[in-house]
Amino acid sequence: MTHFRYTLLGRLLADPMAVVAIVIISGLVLAAIFADVIAPHDFRAMNMADRFAPPSWHYWLGTDNLGRDTFSRLLQGGRIALYVAMTAVSISALIGLVLGMLAGFGPRWLDNTLLFFFDTLRAYPTIILALALAALLPRGLSTVIIVVVVTSFSEYGRVVRTQTLSLKNAEFILAERAMGASFGRIVFHHILPNVLGPFFILAAMNLPVVITIEAGMSFLGIGVPPGTPSWGATLKDGFDFIRTTPWIILSGGLPLILVTLGFTFLGEALRDQLDPKLRKGR
Amino acid sequence: MNTPILSLRDVTVEFPGVSGLRALFTPSGQRRVQAVAGVSLDVAAGETLAIVGESGSGKTTLARAINGLVPLAAGEVWFDGTPLHDRSDWREVRRRVAMMFQDPVGSLSPRKTVRDLLLEPFAIHGMPSNGREETALRLLQDAGLGADFLNRYPHELSGGQARRVGVARALALGPTLVLADEPTAGLDVSIQGEILNLLNGIKVSHGLTTVIITHNLNILRHIADRVAVMYLGRIVELGPVEDILTSPVHPYTQALMAANPEPDPTARRKRLALRGETPALNDRPSGCEFHSRCPMARPDCAVRAPELAPSRTGGIVSCHYPLPAISEVS
Repeated sequence: MTHFRYTLLGRLLADPMAVVAIVIISGLVLAAIFADVIAPHDFRAMNMADRFAPPSWHYWLGTDNLGRDTFSRLLQGGRIALYVAMTAVSISALIGLVLGMLAGFGPRWLDNTLLFFFDTLRAYPTIILALALAALLPRGLSTVIIVVVVTSFSEYGRVVRTQTLSLKNAEFILAERAMGASFGRIVFHHILPNVLGPFFILAAMNLPVVITIEAGMSFLGIGVPPGTPSWGATLKDGFDFIRTTPWIILSGGLPLILVTLGFTFLGEALRDQLDPKLRKGR
Repeated sequence: MNTPILSLRDVTVEFPGVSGLRALFTPSGQRRVQAVAGVSLDVAAGETLAIVGESGSGKTTLARAINGLVPLAAGEVWFDGTPLHDRSDWREVRRRVAMMFQDPVGSLSPRKTVRDLLLEPFAIHGMPSNGREETALRLLQDAGLGADFLNRYPHELSGGQARRVGVARALALGPTLVLADEPTAGLDVSIQGEILNLLNGIKVSHGLTTVIITHNLNILRHIADRVAVMYLGRIVELGPVEDILTSPVHPYTQALMAANPEPDPTARRKRLALRGETPALNDRPSGCEFHSRCPMARPDCAVRAPELAPSRTGGIVSCHYPLPAISEVS
């Protein structure tokens, strides 16, 4: 049995940056899971007497224009953000993985076709594509997820394709073929493990981007339906009153900053650990 | 010679020379280049044949063609009495023909431990590796490494250690034939010696037939029985190792040997310098393909192509004007 210190988690815990990342991310995940328990108020409850209340012991992060508790709404927003991010990233990563491997292994014409497809999608600015798709599709979280998948799977595809291409003719793959290894064994035992490192790093770095896209779309009013406590919606509510009650938009930005920092740190720590060639010592 | 275990008949390997739109404007004869151009040779059971030649002479491609990693454009490969070129049971062949690649570290899958790497051949061929731990350890010890290497990753090994793992892996399934591509490449001279001793020891104890591809002429005497010299994808001379080293018949062989540094400062050897560069594979010279660089070339060499014919040393040579033995010159 491998000693715990040598497992991926063990090695991550030895890296201060990874520990910070894990603390932030698990804090956010726990807050999202137990949002109903932690929240001091009902996130939907409007208290007209306490509109625009500044942060206090009663309302930790103040209230918005309808007298709703911002802290409770942000906790609910965490659920939405994590749900969108997890779903969208897994779907686009999976599509990217399959298409990237097909491009890497397939004949030249397939590779060129897929590359053209990837490049075309990447050429569109995310927000333009989001506005166009939002006009076509009903308003809701699934539209947000579709927008994210459409704009980001090509990035995974490109990374996987490049890795596959460079590995396909590597000497150790030839050695496996010379030994009689089947195509499936080569793909799953020897190519995939070497592709997954950069792939997971990309996924970790991509999660906060996805959350920001959701916030951005909700901010523009093309994301979640009105009344949904998304972080972007909180930002938008705060933006309208930025001159008089700046704490609404400030507290709306806080979780976005935390989530971006957390996953970026995690991505960098993973990159250091997943590539054995970069790993110093054991 | 006993019955050959490996026979090559006119083995030819082609690669696309030009691609894309330019291929449309290129005469069909020049669209493909021949990296290996009609090689025939026999390797007897238990023998060690070394294939030498400059970079780009087709040595590595020939080795890869033998075990089917690159397709043959023409010709046949026979292994142990059966043709390999149209076999469906490649897996069975690959169990019996082991290959060692040039880059000792780069030919080991980077995310597998040495234990995984050593046991993988058994998994590939669905063979029981009875007592997995013991099997891996025995293979490793046969190659001269200890148990503490089992948990290491390839990047944690030195070149020599990785080469030993490669040797252990190649021997895992008890092969009949071993194809070794530059087994000493990238190793210190002292390590080269250890690896050669290891290979020699294993050859004897396992009764292996080996084909060694190398451009390191210093190792020939220690390991090879016969030597084949390749130039532009063809064999130009083939003979017993001693004759190739001391009394080459083909001018190219002599130039190759002369270019090799001689460790003995008192030795006097005939210097034979080559002119120019190796011609491109898609622009082969007429007649004898070596005439453009041959110091002995005569006018008809550019016209008539020589055939491989028996040489004075008991080997074969493809030259119109083979060199006499050195004793006759000096």
